[in-house]
Amino acid sequence: MSFLEYRIQTVPTGLRKALYLNWPLVLLLTSVCAVGWLMLYSVAGGDITVWAEPQMKRFVAGLSIMLVMAFIPIWFWRNISGVIYLGAVGLLVAVDVMGHVGMGAQRWLNLGFIMLQPSEVMKIALVMMLAAYYDWLPPNKVSHPLWVAVPLVLILLPVFLVMVQPDLGTAILLMGGGAVVMFCAGVSLWYFAVVLGAGVGLVTVVLASRGKSWQLLRDYQFKRIDTFLDPSTDPLGAGYHITQAKIALGSGGWTGRGFMQGTQSRLNFLPEKHTDFIFTVIAEELGFIGACSLLILYVLIIAFCIASAVQMKDRFAALVTLGIAASFFFLFAVNMLMVMGLAPVVGVPLPLVSYGGSAMMVLLTAFGIVQSAHVHRARDR
Amino acid sequence: MRRIVHRDRDESTRKITRRALFMGGAMSAVVAVLGARLRYMQVDEADQYRTLAEENRISIRLIPPNRGQIFDRNGRLIAGNEQNYRVTITREDAGDVPEILHRLQRVIPLTDAELARTAEEVRKRSAFVSVVVADRISWDEMSRVAVNAPSLPGVTPEVGLSRIYPLDTDFAHIVGYVGPVSERDLAAQKNPDPLLQIPQFQIGKIGVETWMEDELRGQAGSKRIEVNAVGRVMRELDRVEGQPGADLHLTIDAEVQNFAQARLGGESASVVAIDVNTGDILAAASAPSFDPNLFVRGISYTDYAKLTENDHRPLSNKAVQGTYPPGSTFKIITALAALEAGVIDSESTVYCPGYYEIGGRRFHCWSRWGHGHMNLDGAMGKSCDVYFYDVSQRVGIDKIAEMGRRMGLGQRHDLPMSAIAEGVMPDKDWKRRSYDQEWRIGDTINASIGQGYVLASPLQLALMTARLASGRAVTPRLVKSIGGVEDTPPEPPMMDVNPALLRMVRHGMYTVSNKLGMTGYNSRIVDPAMTMAGKSGTSQVRNISAAERARGVIGNDDLPWNRRDHALFVGFAPYDAPKVAVACVVEHGGGGSTVAAPIVRDLLLRILTGKMPPLAAYPESQRARIQTALSEMSLRDFSALASATGVQGRA
Repeated sequence: MSFLEYRIQTVPTGLRKALYLNWPLVLLLTSVCAVGWLMLYSVAGGDITVWAEPQMKRFVAGLSIMLVMAFIPIWFWRNISGVIYLGAVGLLVAVDVMGHVGMGAQRWLNLGFIMLQPSEVMKIALVMMLAAYYDWLPPNKVSHPLWVAVPLVLILLPVFLVMVQPDLGTAILLMGGGAVVMFCAGVSLWYFAVVLGAGVGLVTVVLASRGKSWQLLRDYQFKRIDTFLDPSTDPLGAGYHITQAKIALGSGGWTGRGFMQGTQSRLNFLPEKHTDFIFTVIAEELGFIGACSLLILYVLIIAFCIASAVQMKDRFAALVTLGIAASFFFLFAVNMLMVMGLAPVVGVPLPLVSYGGSAMMVLLTAFGIVQSAHVHRARDR
Repeated sequence: MRRIVHRDRDESTRKITRRALFMGGAMSAVVAVLGARLRYMQVDEADQYRTLAEENRISIRLIPPNRGQIFDRNGRLIAGNEQNYRVTITREDAGDVPEILHRLQRVIPLTDAELARTAEEVRKRSAFVSVVVADRISWDEMSRVAVNAPSLPGVTPEVGLSRIYPLDTDFAHIVGYVGPVSERDLAAQKNPDPLLQIPQFQIGKIGVETWMEDELRGQAGSKRIEVNAVGRVMRELDRVEGQPGADLHLTIDAEVQNFAQARLGGESASVVAIDVNTGDILAAASAPSFDPNLFVRGISYTDYAKLTENDHRPLSNKAVQGTYPPGSTFKIITALAALEAGVIDSESTVYCPGYYEIGGRRFHCWSRWGHGHMNLDGAMGKSCDVYFYDVSQRVGIDKIAEMGRRMGLGQRHDLPMSAIAEGVMPDKDWKRRSYDQEWRIGDTINASIGQGYVLASPLQLALMTARLASGRAVTPRLVKSIGGVEDTPPEPPMMDVNPALLRMVRHGMYTVSNKLGMTGYNSRIVDPAMTMAGKSGTSQVRNISAAERARGVIGNDDLPWNRRDHALFVGFAPYDAPKVAVACVVEHGGGGSTVAAPIVRDLLLRILTGKMPPLAAYPESQRARIQTALSEMSLRDFSALASATGVQGRA
């Protein structure tokens, strides 16, 4: 039984819940999406119908889902966390078995009316599952080895399924999100130190495996690492993305080249400019000021989530809010590091800005749970 | 107990808060790195990256392949590619766009509306995108633009290839035309060829151009070019040539096709000629026609309205998509079915009093006075309806329909043309499926003379005649070779109909056209080397009302055009060694033997002789009239055409 359910009388009911929504967060999410529409309009060469319009329609749908979810009590979400997690695992297995192959990787499941990417769903499902687990587990047992092993299995199962697809970017994000929930739940810091050490060891082993019979990564993945370390080795081949992205970004200057005037994107030098590399278009056309403004919007979203979480007295609500905020953080941080040449190209979109329906829907759904936690938090009289 | 939980909870939430704040701190550090990196790249190193962007020059462009050309069976160009000149404008080079456009207006003729459209387009596009101001301008206009170049900054004359149909109206229905790629075209394709995204690229819209699109289009080449930062091409680095589309040769003879089209003249009519041994379509004319070049250039609203509002339907390809009650030409099928079923032989007779009575209803022969005793030759020759009413009752509709299908009726023949009709070959099962009604005696009576539910296209009728004439199960063929590779079909198998029976029906058709007093006698061919055998048909498009019957037969000439009978004729020649079969339908033309038969005769003579029909082949009494008629036909001057298009025939 949730802590909240003892104090149910302090929770707003009915339509009054609308007054208790985290409205600044709604406004921030909308602003970030609006930046996305502007850039998609620009990238399409001034055509709204290509990318911007479908994206707006999906936003409206996603926002509606978010608001509906906010009205549903947070303990309902905790109670069905296990079911959602199992469902997401099922979808991942389904996509591995019979998924649609797109862009060289099988990631999509065609449900008829929508192309679903189960690994996206898994990002929230995992956070919810772990938060529910730590809500159930008495706090004094969190660092017991047995009770640490359970969440590790919960994390590694979907990570394995996603790696099979193969989708390295999502696998890393899943591990990051899961680790944050464990961290916030209070698992002893020693465990993290051990895992970090093991991680460094693993990287060494993986790099050493190259060209051997037991090679652990695919060739294209090694190639991405190569080009990340030195893009200039292959400026028209594998390093092309990074080189062109950096040129676009750097040439923006303080104020940018002006809206719809970016030559790198206009002349098609930039690949995937409406999806993974959209941040470079923003940086090129709107300059340092524009790019920083977007970064600040992202930081504010995280800040509002953390501020909301620390006020919560319910473990599930707090952990799920922090987990979702961290997942969101990893998304934009990894994407930005990637396009700035600080991380290898792993195919992570810029959240809420890149073109893509599945990712945006899942993110807005996740923020629906954050909103629900905020609305239904216990208040002192 | 509850207190312990409480204290525990408080402690654990404090722990969450501590860790959350710690996490926030770590995140801030990452954000600080991001911000610093952004500042380093965009502010400190901005100049360096700006230079790199200016130098960023390699861009890959697609080279559209030359579309395959279409020729007739003798290598005459039907659809080719023509160089055309156009003028484009680029905003950033032009500066003051309205002023430049205004100056351009003094050099080449441009309407104000066109200028306004261009100005709007230029305003919407990015500064360095070039926008087409005028397309398909003449060489003169092009040179004037080039001469005035100094006063027209940003204006560039360009050369491109566009589709041209030198034989304009003759092949509009068969070959069709190309047009710009529409949203619908793109949506219809699963993996659209990137070529389709190129502005100005054209694909087939109807006819052979559409159905052979894959062969005609070819593969795109690509070139790597050096551009400056605003996208202007500085020089070409290297190029990979594409694969031009394959050239097609059709089975059609362009000169025969032109003759057929001219012979139909202003009628709403169509005629199809087939080689009886191979199934090659030698001509497939549909009149009136239209100029496909209008569509390539973008047809004007008024021109298009003229085509759609014409009651002779010039846009419709009547040769394959028009279906008509075949009328008495269908008696060929009824006779064959009866002979095969053994209910008649060539000598058995039926008495025709002018009507046929069954089930209390009376069905009239076209001749009110009746034909008397009729055998097969007589019944075919005089086209006696009662003979076939009687015979059909003894054979039954299912056997007739089965024979019709064997001869090629009631099925869609696969040709690269648009909207090929299936026609209707009705039987009991068909009526139950389509109308949920039982087949009635009257239906068989009507079907026996090609009325009622029976519908056939001129192509199907020509094919029926070809199969009858050669005794082979030929299938129609339109494409002779693709990319120089001859598309040789296997020799058509023999029909599974007793050749003796086919011979009997052929003899009936010989009677029609060559015995005095028979329906087709006036349209006979007197040259014994090219004797024609045929069958006329006149099919009703209206029901004769009781009131009309009471008043007596109304002459066709007294009716409004669109209620007159269709005139049909099918024929083949030479009778003793058939080579060509022709079917003709003249919509609302009146009598088949007077209107359609002469057309079939002329076309057969044109094909068999390979030149204009010789007067000696016609009956003496008609020669004077035919001489004037033939000399007045507006035929294309192919010798002039060859020299005009010879230069670009093989670009």
